[in-house]
Amino acid sequence: MGATWSDVADWIEPLSRGFVLNLEITFITILLGFPGGFVLALLVERRSPWVRWPAMVIVEIGRGAPALVLLQFVYFGFPQIDLTLSSFASAIVALSVSTACYTSEIIRSGLAAVPKGQKEAAEALNFSSADSMRFVVFPQAAKISSPAMMGFSILILQSTTLCFTIALPEIASQAYEIGSTTFQYFPILSLTALFFIFVCVPASFLVGWFERRSEP
Amino acid sequence: MTPDYFLLLLTGLPYTFAVTGGALLIGALFGFPLLLVRRSKVTILRWTAVMLIAVIRSIPPIVWIFLIFFSIGTGVFPISPLSAALVGFGLIATANMAEIYRGALIAVHHGQTEAAQALNLSPFHTMWDVILPQMVRVCLPVAATYAIGLLKDAAIASTIGVPDLTYQGRHITQMTLQGLSVMGSVGIIYVLISLPIAWIARVTEAHIRKTVSL
Repeated sequence: MGATWSDVADWIEPLSRGFVLNLEITFITILLGFPGGFVLALLVERRSPWVRWPAMVIVEIGRGAPALVLLQFVYFGFPQIDLTLSSFASAIVALSVSTACYTSEIIRSGLAAVPKGQKEAAEALNFSSADSMRFVVFPQAAKISSPAMMGFSILILQSTTLCFTIALPEIASQAYEIGSTTFQYFPILSLTALFFIFVCVPASFLVGWFERRSEP
Repeated sequence: MTPDYFLLLLTGLPYTFAVTGGALLIGALFGFPLLLVRRSKVTILRWTAVMLIAVIRSIPPIVWIFLIFFSIGTGVFPISPLSAALVGFGLIATANMAEIYRGALIAVHHGQTEAAQALNLSPFHTMWDVILPQMVRVCLPVAATYAIGLLKDAAIASTIGVPDLTYQGRHITQMTLQGLSVMGSVGIIYVLISLPIAWIARVTEAHIRKTVSL
């Protein structure tokens, strides 16, 4: 009984391979989800109810349903309409949608926090509404929302472990598989936890520091 | 999806509520002592609490409940999936509630503590009669938002076999191969559950705002 250090050395490789997958999914999800959140934030603010209401319903459902349920909805549900996605593609689709819906609220409050006078000044200088957003409002809103967006990125990394349920060989699946063949659940899962501690603890302290620094 | 399957889906609801409510209760209870340690005057104690909270929150919930269910469960103490989920999410909720309490404590103006001291109230009475009632009011909406988040995280308990809403959804999907409508309904049910929680939070907040001035 008990794992030896050489066992642990053998486990590092498959776990790292899994963790790289977690990082890849996190990265792609941020790349797709954050712009998606920005678009949703703009749509929810539109005056036309035909645009605003559908956007609000999407955001409420995306935020209200667990990411785990969204994942299984895409992976097990889409084949019903002859759209079979790989577990990797399902993970990207589900987590990006969930991220877009959550971050749209962060971005919306960031946009709302930019003083109204900024937009009025841009208008007075004859900026088009697109230019006023791009050069005046967005840069300031991005600065206001960035600590919350960084904090959310940490949560995305953690939520990629949910892909265990759709048979993606990420770190939790690797750990579970090694655990079920060796019965060394405690050491292998602790090692998995260490991967997250090494990344997320410093990252969360960094976010905390940013938050304090950006406070007036 | 036939009505029979829909009823089977609903049998998962009590488990979803049990994991969410149980974990929230554990967190609300143990979060307070953790807050006191987090604000201790002894540096080592304070830093231990800071690290403990950071570590608990850094490990994904699924890894936590695997760690508790498979390693403790297969070892000396056999543990049921439901208890493992309660311990795991209770632990995570404790760390998060301690942070929510801390935010509320900071929000209560320090002049309140000073005024209580000036009136020669003991530290206990300062906390119990002056700070705590105001803290409750500040942290209720935040705690309700957290409860809704916890409700959704609790779906992860389905991975170790707690027969909750998500578990039943997956089970029915495997039987009927109609994931779109089944998992879609599961998602909608979660949205519908979170709506009244948000409403209760707003009503209680309005009520407490009337009875406790801030």
